[in-house]
Amino acid sequence: MNEYIHTLQEFMTQTKGMLYLLSAGYLISFVAFWRFLHGRDKEDNPKVQAKK
Amino acid sequence: MTESNPTVERPLFCRFNIIAGIFITIGLWLTYLRFTGGLGAVSNLDHYNPWGFWIAFDLLCGVALAAGGYTTAAAVEIFGMKKFHAALRPAILTGFLGYSMVAFALLYDVGRPWRLPYPFVVSPGVTSVMFEVGACVALYLTVLFLEFSPTALEWIGAKKLRRIAVRLTVLLTIMGVVLSTLHQSSLGAMFLLVPSKLHPLWYSPYIPVFFFVSSIAAGLSMVIFEGTLAHNSFKDKMDEQHLKSADHIALGFGKGASFVLAAYFAIKVFGVALGNNWHLLGTNYGIWFLVEVFGFILLPCFLFAIGVREQNVKLIRWTAFLTVLGIVVNRLNVVLICFNWQLPADQRYFPHWMEIGISIFVITVGLVIYRFIVTRMPILYEHPDYKKTH
Repeated sequence: MNEYIHTLQEFMTQTKGMLYLLSAGYLISFVAFWRFLHGRDKEDNPKVQAKK
Repeated sequence: MTESNPTVERPLFCRFNIIAGIFITIGLWLTYLRFTGGLGAVSNLDHYNPWGFWIAFDLLCGVALAAGGYTTAAAVEIFGMKKFHAALRPAILTGFLGYSMVAFALLYDVGRPWRLPYPFVVSPGVTSVMFEVGACVALYLTVLFLEFSPTALEWIGAKKLRRIAVRLTVLLTIMGVVLSTLHQSSLGAMFLLVPSKLHPLWYSPYIPVFFFVSSIAAGLSMVIFEGTLAHNSFKDKMDEQHLKSADHIALGFGKGASFVLAAYFAIKVFGVALGNNWHLLGTNYGIWFLVEVFGFILLPCFLFAIGVREQNVKLIRWTAFLTVLGIVVNRLNVVLICFNWQLPADQRYFPHWMEIGISIFVITVGLVIYRFIVTRMPILYEHPDYKKTH
């Protein structure tokens, strides 16, 4: 991968490009994770109700 | 106070006291060697490796794991999560003792410990990150002492002084959060100085952010972990409210820790991307990095989430232990394992057994003081004279 990088411009283009792709992927997957984490917070959860 | 039984006496020669007594005896002997023979008599520290096990474990791990104080105080006093109030005093006590032990351990690590106050009174290096760390730790230790003081004042019955101390709670909490944000990140910022010595997978211009975010996860996990230990060892000291809310606190803090670990995982991956260090992941250090990131960050993140979904408190408690272990691994990686990684093995630092012995001594002293306080002061129960007043 590194042998193609000769200038700071190329380095920044590659690393920033990768970072933007990762950030987009993370933001999308975080929504799924958030739903997973809070998925059973609802009142209809029998386990939650049993704890109350 | 219907529930707790603070007058229960514990035998003097119990298992804990005997083991602690042995460790403290050995520790006192090592202390004698340290302060009569110098650093070289008890450690492998030298001019090439001036920071060793004491800085890695006692200081960096100690400060990170003592973060439960500010995270819990912020949750309860600033964000109004009063349902976690039962966790506040144990967390403040753990933070206070943690930072006290950090300062205590520094007396062994600094060549001339009597010069510890010099940066404040003789030669302040206000442009140094280390000055900022020192100033923040000293101030935060004072803040933690004041936050802890209502407990001690209730114990000795100083009602007027306690009233003044309680009035300062919100101000102290805000100061605690500000100071912790500063020095938790600055501990990472100290490693900005050594980009050529720290392995590129651990070095990042964002290492202060890594340290700060990981300290929040460490603090939340430590509150759960410490609560588990207290529940097992001091159940007779707990009142009904503490016993009832133990599971609720574990679930709430587990959810918070899962959220923070998800963010921490992301920024660790972003760090690799920003340095374009993907090619290093196939090396031995890279595999170790993957073990840390997947085994000690992503895995506990999902285990916490599963524990919260399934209301599985036991899983959350084990995961808290895994997270605490992960933070210790991270700090040891940064300061010891991945530091000076390019040097041949015979020039690398490896801690002397006496260094580890002194660290065990410091932890034992902390545990003995914790036990002394918890068995006497209203930490795990509400004092009958002040019920519902805090």
